Amino acid sequence: MTANATENAAPILQLRGINKSFGPVHVLKQVNFAAYPGQVSALVGDNGAGKSTLIKCIGGIHPIDSGEFLFEGKQVTVHGPRDASALGIEIVYQDLALCDNLDVVQNMFLGREQTTSIVLDEASMEERAGKTLKSLSVRTLRSTRQLVASLSGGQRQTVAIAKAVLWNSKVVILDEPTAALGVAQTEQVLALVRRLADQGLAVVLISHNLVDVFQVADRIAALYLGQLAAEVKTKDVRQPQIVELITTGRTEGVESELPAGVDEGVTA
Amino acid sequence: MSAPTVDVPDSPAELTRSPSLGEYFRGYVDRVRGGDIGSLPAVFGLIVLVIVFSILRPVFFSAGNFANLLTQGAPITVIAMGLVFVLLLGEIDLSAGFTSGVCAAVLATALVDWGWSWPLAVLAALLVGLLIGTAMGSLVARIGIPSFVVTLAAFLAFQGTVLLIIGEGGNVPIRDEVILAIENRNLPPLWGWVLWAVSIGGYAAVVLMRAQRRRAKGLSAEPMAVLAAKVGGLAVLTGIAVYVLNLERSRNALVISLKGIPWVVTIILVLLVVLSFVLGRTAYGRHVYATGGNTEAARRAGIKVASIRTSVFMVCSTMAAIGGIIAASRANSVDPNAGGSNTLLYAVGAAVIGGTSLFGGKGKVRDAIIGGAVIAVIDNGMGLLGYSAGIKFIVTGLVLLIAASVDALSRKRAHATGRA
Repeated sequence: MTANATENAAPILQLRGINKSFGPVHVLKQVNFAAYPGQVSALVGDNGAGKSTLIKCIGGIHPIDSGEFLFEGKQVTVHGPRDASALGIEIVYQDLALCDNLDVVQNMFLGREQTTSIVLDEASMEERAGKTLKSLSVRTLRSTRQLVASLSGGQRQTVAIAKAVLWNSKVVILDEPTAALGVAQTEQVLALVRRLADQGLAVVLISHNLVDVFQVADRIAALYLGQLAAEVKTKDVRQPQIVELITTGRTEGVESELPAGVDEGVTA
Repeated sequence: MSAPTVDVPDSPAELTRSPSLGEYFRGYVDRVRGGDIGSLPAVFGLIVLVIVFSILRPVFFSAGNFANLLTQGAPITVIAMGLVFVLLLGEIDLSAGFTSGVCAAVLATALVDWGWSWPLAVLAALLVGLLIGTAMGSLVARIGIPSFVVTLAAFLAFQGTVLLIIGEGGNVPIRDEVILAIENRNLPPLWGWVLWAVSIGGYAAVVLMRAQRRRAKGLSAEPMAVLAAKVGGLAVLTGIAVYVLNLERSRNALVISLKGIPWVVTIILVLLVVLSFVLGRTAYGRHVYATGGNTEAARRAGIKVASIRTSVFMVCSTMAAIGGIIAASRANSVDPNAGGSNTLLYAVGAAVIGGTSLFGGKGKVRDAIIGGAVIAVIDNGMGLLGYSAGIKFIVTGLVLLIAASVDALSRKRAHATGRA
C-alpha cells in the first residue's frame, strides 16, 4: 500500500449530511462520506444499508434531498449522470453495461465516439484505448478489436474500468467489481483497483467481501441502516470490528458516528 | 505490485501488432467456427443453387436470365435493406410490404391523376414512407407498443389504404419514361465499365487509405495480401457481371437491342454504399448496433435510445417506399395488391437468409442483397423448371427456416464459445 504520501491530502469528493428519501422511506440519514485522491475508499454495509443509493446520488442518478456535495472543495450540484461525468466522476456498475456485439474499443468509446467530420475515427480511438489499457498495465486482452462477448468476466470488468478512466476521470466508483469473479480474476481486478489509486485517482470500492476490502482499501466507511456507522483507516482496524460495524453499527475500539439509540430496530 | 497474468500472458505490444497472413486466416477461421458466420452460409447456398439450376436448366445460366434475376429481386432487396436496420434493434416491421404499396400508389396517383412530374411524385412517395416510419417508430419507441403489434396493425390498415387509393379491381398504369426506365432500361455498356472502374477504384482507395492510416498510428492492419485479394476478387467478380450484362441479350438484336447494366442495379449500389457507410462508419450506426446489442448499456452511455428506435423505422419505411417505386416500375402499373402477397415475407426472408440476426445487434446491409439474391434465384430457377407457385413458396419457406436455424444455432455456438 503506497498511500502514505497522500494520506493527509484533502478529499476530492466530500459529502456532508446527505439525506435521501424515497416516499416515506428515509434511505440515507445525515450520511458523511469522502474519497481521497490516491486512495481506495471502501464502502461497506449490509444489504439495504444504503450503499447503492449513496453511489447513485454521487453519480447523479438520484438527486439528494439535502446535504452538501463538495467536489475539489467546491459545492456542486449534480443533476444527472452527465453532470457527474463532467466533474470527472465515473461509476462502474455491477452489471458493467457493455455491448456484447461490439468490440473493446467500440465499448470504451460508446456514446462518446471520436469523429472526423461525421466519420468515426477508428484509428484514433483504437490508439487511445490501447494507451489507456497499457497505462493500466492490462495484459490480459488479446486484441482491442475482440468482441466483448468473447471476454471472460475479469476481462469485461477490466474493459468497464478502462472505459471509466479513459476520460481523465478523477473519481472512479466500482460497484461490487469482484462479485462474479473467480479467484485468479479477482486478484487481477484488485491489482487493477490498486493501480488506479496509485495513479492518483480517488477510487471508491463497494464490496461485500471484506477480504478484498482489507487487501486494497486505505480507508473503510461502514453504513448501517442508512447512516454512517464509522469511517476508519484500514490499518487501524481488524476485520471482526468491521463485521460488527456492518451488523450492529458499533464496535469496541472504534468511535461510532451513530447517534444514540439508532440500533433499537435490531435489538427489539 | 505485480500484475497477475492469468488468461493470456501476452505483452501489451501484442494488442497492436499487425497479423501475418497465416494468423489473419486462422483468426478468420476461428471467428467462423466460433459462430461469427455472417453471410457465409447464404453465399455458399447461393453458389450451390446457381450450380444446381444451371445443370438442370442451362437457360438459367444465360445473360438474359441474369439481368432478369437482378430486376426481379430488386424490389424485395431494397425493402430488405431497410428491414436490416429494424432487425438490428431486434424489432420487426411487418408493414414494410404494404408501406411500399401505399408509396407506390401515391407515386401512381401523383403521376397519373395529378399530372406531377416524376421528381415530385418520387419525392411525395418517399415523404409518405418517411411519415409512416416516423409514426410507427414513435408508437414503438415513445409509447412502448411492441413493434410486432404496431406494424401488424399498419399491415392491415395499409392493405386497405392501397385498396382505397387504387380502387377495387383498379389498376393505375405508369407511363412516365423515367420511372419505367428504372427496371426496364439499361446503362449504355461503356457507362457500365466506367461505373465499374469508379466503384472498384473508390473501394481500393478507401481500403488502402484506412490501412495506411492504421499503420501510421502503429495499429494492427490487415496484411497487404489480404487487401489485394479483397479488391482484386471484387474487381474480377463484378467485372464478369458487367461483361455478361453488356452482352446482347435480345433474341432479335435488329429489332431491339438489349444490353447493359439495368438502371436499378446502380440504384441498389448507391443505396448499399450510403447505408453501409451510415451503419459502419458513423456514430449513428454505432449507436444502432449498441442499442440492438444492449439497450441498457446504450442508455447509460448517453445514447438517445428512443430516437434511435424511431429512426430505424424511418429508414425502413423510406426504403420500402423506394422498393415500392421500383416494383411499380417493374409492373408498369400499380394495382390494389401492390406490396402484398409475398413481398414482406420475401423481404424479411432476404434479410435473415443473408445473415441478419432476428435477435438484434448483428447484420449488415449487404446481407439483404445476398439474401435477396438467394430468394430471387429460387423463385426464378424453380419457375424455369416449371414448378408451380405452391412449390416455390414451400421451398422458399424451407430456406428461410434453414436460415433462421443457422442464425439460432450460430448464436448458441457463439454463446458456447463466448462470442454471442
